[in-house]
Amino acid sequence: MNLTSTDYLNILPLLLVGAGILISLTVEMYSKKSVGFLSWFSFLLHLLVAYYSLYTVNNVSSVFGGMMGTGGTVNIFYFIFNFGAAIVALLSMDYIKKAEIYFGEYYILLQSAVLGMMLMASATDLVMVFIGLELMSICFYVLAGFQRKNVRSNEASLKYFLLGSFTTGFIVYGMALIYGASGSLNIQSIFSMLSAESTPILFYVGTLLFIIGFCFKIAAFPFHMWVPDVYQGAPTSVTAMMSTIGKAAAFSALLLIMLPLIGSKNPQTFTPLFTVLSAASMIFGSIVALAQTDIKRMLAYSSIAHAGYMLIGLAAANDTGASGIVFYLAAYAFMNLGAFGIVSLIEGNGDTEGTIESYAGLSDRNPLLAGLLALFMFTLSGLPPFAGFFGKYYVFIASLEAGNVWIAVLGALSSAISAYFYLRIIVVMYFRKSDVASDNIITESHTSLLGIVISAILVIMMGLTPGSIVRLINSF
Amino acid sequence: MTEFGKILAFMILAIVFVIVGIFTAYLIRPHRPTDEKLLTYECGENAQGSPWVRFNFRFYIVALIFLIFDVEIVLLVPWVLIYQEYGILGFLTGFIFIFLLVAGMIYEWRKGDLEWDRPESEKFMANTFKLPKLTLPAKKIKEEVTN
Repeated sequence: MNLTSTDYLNILPLLLVGAGILISLTVEMYSKKSVGFLSWFSFLLHLLVAYYSLYTVNNVSSVFGGMMGTGGTVNIFYFIFNFGAAIVALLSMDYIKKAEIYFGEYYILLQSAVLGMMLMASATDLVMVFIGLELMSICFYVLAGFQRKNVRSNEASLKYFLLGSFTTGFIVYGMALIYGASGSLNIQSIFSMLSAESTPILFYVGTLLFIIGFCFKIAAFPFHMWVPDVYQGAPTSVTAMMSTIGKAAAFSALLLIMLPLIGSKNPQTFTPLFTVLSAASMIFGSIVALAQTDIKRMLAYSSIAHAGYMLIGLAAANDTGASGIVFYLAAYAFMNLGAFGIVSLIEGNGDTEGTIESYAGLSDRNPLLAGLLALFMFTLSGLPPFAGFFGKYYVFIASLEAGNVWIAVLGALSSAISAYFYLRIIVVMYFRKSDVASDNIITESHTSLLGIVISAILVIMMGLTPGSIVRLINSF
Repeated sequence: MTEFGKILAFMILAIVFVIVGIFTAYLIRPHRPTDEKLLTYECGENAQGSPWVRFNFRFYIVALIFLIFDVEIVLLVPWVLIYQEYGILGFLTGFIFIFLLVAGMIYEWRKGDLEWDRPESEKFMANTFKLPKLTLPAKKIKEEVTN
């Protein structure tokens, strides 16, 4: 075990983001008008890191004595986080003026959150997972309450913080028990040790606690209660980030724990658990979303349902499932970023007037935004030519391969239910006349529009060439 | 008995000891309360008001700064013990850590969190330090006693 300079070269994406945070801090310290610079700086920084991590995707290695891994799936996750964060930076530029949170610290926290996510995705040691998770979560707690004078924002921050720190306790306790059972914190050695002989019950309890903690972070059913309030209360650009790349980060850690299981003797050890979680999340999310009148709450419940679809891939516990989840996460990240981007443009000043009724007649007032929102709603509901369909397709195929047919059927049923509330927004936009009361002003923002269009292009591209992306993920 | 068993026995013994003590005292002591006796004990002084006053949030910032340097010491001690095994890179890695903390420190400094008296916030400080009006049971009891 020794430290070489190659280790530092291999974690260059992490170092770049870290250096970016320090530069942003310095600029914020010494300049009064730093926000404009910082927004473009973080956009370019994350774009650069996204490009670099895809460029070095083949450089698979283990660094710092098995604490972190680089290359392969890790770099694909880096790409999702950083490209997502770049789009969030674009969406935020005008939104944070409107939401009266025009501070440079917003972007510093954004970059720090991304650094935490990248640590989580690259960790091969439970302690690294924990450090990354905390770095990400603490930034999110602060960002959720960034509108200091808004009661809802404060509520969101407090709820998220209290429940989040509680579940962090679960995760740490789970890690302690796993360590007690296996005598190691390195994920690979934990599983190699356990497959040799009979597994102690302590290990199962520890893993269960660990999974419970992460189910909170990914917003799966019995641990979802924070989701609607936090997503509604937080500034919309922050919600866009939490619900997409934040969820992807939590999933990357969960996937990391479960990947060594795929090659082991009983890969389906946790299948019953994940099956129940995913079935409950899908059904609950889809049915409760039907009753929502606020678009941010509706998207929050749909986010619970999507966590359920992704858990199908984990329940399948095979390679198709793993690559399916990565594809689904990328697709979900970009389609939800686009949807929340449009919500942030239409949202009223001060109060959150995000009722679905206020979208009436949007096709007349702003046909471009209406068309883009319709596209995102189609892909969220999983209609064929877009990315959302192939995300669902791959996880369903994985569960069929694993012989878990009924959960795939349940998933298809749940998507059918969810089509109702996604398509309702399209109906409201195109077939209902707007009354004067709901005729709120749509913010003019070229940068937000750019971010939304980039997400739309990505969603269409991923829908057109899903095979090549899955082949890329599968090749590691 | 295992080592943990001994600890458990010790804990049970401690709990039983306290409960028995309090219960015996309850049985044998005289029970003659007066208003003075029921006041919160503040080293013999009369109670000055509720402890639920709003603290200036600078106390929290100072506590946070303290925490940072507290953790710094905790993390630097193991580094000092083993950095030689990792050569010059291990040595420099420790300095990266210190540099990050210094950057945070400079940030706090520049943002004025280390300055206790800032002219522009005098009004705000006056508001936060104002004690609430004494409308508490303790005050009432005191008034009754003096009357």
